[in-house]
Amino acid sequence: MAQRAAQTRRETLIAGMASFAAAAIAPSLALADAAAVEAEIKKLYGDKKAEAGRIKLDVPQIAENGLVVPINVEVESPMTAADHVKSVHVFADGNPLPGIVSYRFTPESGRAAASARMRLAQTQNIICIAEMADGKLFTARSEVKVTIGGCGG
Amino acid sequence: MVSRREFIQAGLAGSALLAGSGLGSIGRLAAQQRLSEAELLRFEPLGNVTLIHVTDLHAQLVPLYFREPSINLGVGEAKGLVPHITGKDFLAHYNIPAGSPMAYALTSEDFAALARNYGRMGGFDRISRVIKSIRAERGDRCLLLDGGDTWTNSWTSLQTKAADVVEAMNLLKPDAMTGHWEFTLGAERVKEITDSLAFPFLAQNVRESEFEDRVFEPQKMFERGGVKVAVIGQAYPYTGIANPRWMFPKWTFSLKDDDVQKEVDAARAAGAQLVVLLSHNGFDIDRKMARRVKGIDVILTAHTHDALPEAVQVGTTLLVATGSHGKFVSRLDLDVDKGGVKGFRYRLIPIFSDAITPDAEMTTLVKKVRAPFEADLGRVLGKTDGLLYRRGNFQGTFDDVFTDAMLQVRDAEIALSPGVRWGASLIPGQDITFEDVTNACAMTYPNCYRTSMKGSQIKAILEDIGDNIFNPDPYAQGGGDMVRLGGLTFTVDPYQTSGRRISDLRLARNGQTLDAGRDYTVAGWASINQGTEGPPIWDVVSTYLQQKKVITPRPLDAVKVVGAG
Repeated sequence: MAQRAAQTRRETLIAGMASFAAAAIAPSLALADAAAVEAEIKKLYGDKKAEAGRIKLDVPQIAENGLVVPINVEVESPMTAADHVKSVHVFADGNPLPGIVSYRFTPESGRAAASARMRLAQTQNIICIAEMADGKLFTARSEVKVTIGGCGG
Repeated sequence: MVSRREFIQAGLAGSALLAGSGLGSIGRLAAQQRLSEAELLRFEPLGNVTLIHVTDLHAQLVPLYFREPSINLGVGEAKGLVPHITGKDFLAHYNIPAGSPMAYALTSEDFAALARNYGRMGGFDRISRVIKSIRAERGDRCLLLDGGDTWTNSWTSLQTKAADVVEAMNLLKPDAMTGHWEFTLGAERVKEITDSLAFPFLAQNVRESEFEDRVFEPQKMFERGGVKVAVIGQAYPYTGIANPRWMFPKWTFSLKDDDVQKEVDAARAAGAQLVVLLSHNGFDIDRKMARRVKGIDVILTAHTHDALPEAVQVGTTLLVATGSHGKFVSRLDLDVDKGGVKGFRYRLIPIFSDAITPDAEMTTLVKKVRAPFEADLGRVLGKTDGLLYRRGNFQGTFDDVFTDAMLQVRDAEIALSPGVRWGASLIPGQDITFEDVTNACAMTYPNCYRTSMKGSQIKAILEDIGDNIFNPDPYAQGGGDMVRLGGLTFTVDPYQTSGRRISDLRLARNGQTLDAGRDYTVAGWASINQGTEGPPIWDVVSTYLQQKKVITPRPLDAVKVVGAG
């Protein structure tokens, strides 16, 4: 039901904007939701709990263009053999598919930092999960608004 | 004009009229008021730096009426705080007597009546006079900073691609500026102008979208009164969303605390004793940024058009709000030593055009740049027998003229008009000229389209725009006031969450509920889509006014606001 509602609203925004601009592209697929993201994370890490912290997730609060939304992610770590970031996975809970990007790091990476651009179908949450060398998990999330814009004054 | 001017300069004692209706007779005013230039400029100087701030002039070269909002709701952390206090509450908050000059300048209370007594405000020649006076007194301690929304939204600026305003601003000799609506001139024209300026256009948050190269200088260091002053420019961060991105397709705008912090740190590392953010964020964003970015001494706010008679302190940061349309010039004197700001004194100087002597040099320039357009500007289209204004969260009486014009001239069932905060007011009895119309709509994407939309689409648009205005997080607000509607009534609860604010949408003509599945004919203007077709909105409104001849404003009952938050 949540999916359906989201899709309907999205379609209306796309179709209706003779006046105001639509920021994204109509999907032909059903959209993911929070449960789909949870399922993906569960596939990776089972029921292991993730803590908040360590991750600096840098995304705009309002996307200038839903087609190319910049994302920068950095995880605080000394990046030594004993204490480093092994991987970072990024998910979105309102796109056709929940997976955005996955990164793997080694101590040789020096820093656990990466940048990308993603396409967002609608306003949704970006969820990041980082796995450390000792198996600990950290998570961060941020909402990105995809708006029709206009009317700025 | 002359008689009122003489009256104001001659008679008036004090700064206050007795509390009450504010509708006192001229004689009463004359006995109790003083509104002399000397009084308006009176300022006990302090310290070694004077910041002079002008902003959101919207290319208004000559004096005008501008009614401040009666509804300007604050949500989230801004609820109940300035600038979200209006009318009588505003007067009480600042202890301003009803009917006084500052009550007229700062609120909507008794606006039409007070406008007759106190006259128009602003005008570049009056602003010039005030700036010259401050400079004469303070010499090399002064920095004149322009917060942007300077070059656009008058007929002459549209016709000259801002050459008129740029020439007038150059005469004022600003030390730096930033921008927002400037970008709607298109990237090429903006670069052409900024490359020609004798002062920098500062914008740390505008980058080339591909490789994130800088488009403008981020900051500049000045030395004033022996103090190193860093000015950091922050353009409107949501320009690419609120305005047509296709006009500047290779530029990207951002709102990032970290980036501002880097600029502040760089300024301090370079020896800045005073760090100023010349911002076009809007007041609520600036208030939040003041808490999150460390080391900014002063934020000169803009965009949201708020005029506040006192500086607002957030931690050790001072926020100044100078209003719009040339109604005010801010003067902030600061006492700065190696350890930082030791003291400050602030005055929001109201530009009462009948009390301040025009600067002859600027008067001549303004006359010169307007001369080729005088015939159009002065063309009378109709008359109003009531107060016409736009500013406020919801539809104003001037917006009704725009939406009525679209419904009639474009033969539409529903009309949409953007909730921009600019556009001068007209007082009862005033002729409506072509200049008055274009002061409320002159822009580079004026086409009045006619299209078909489903009821559900219209609801979605209103919800989307509602969230841009009433999202409780200022960083998630997209700018402007609520879109204005013709042919529809609705209920709004600003304190609800996204998608739940708008309800009870009905057709005004018959009270029927808007049908989500039905197609409606919709007219609107200021589309941010490239290639929008239709006549320019000023033609639509002009046609309507010439047919209608006299405008009698209706009660504003189309929008019902509920919810206490």
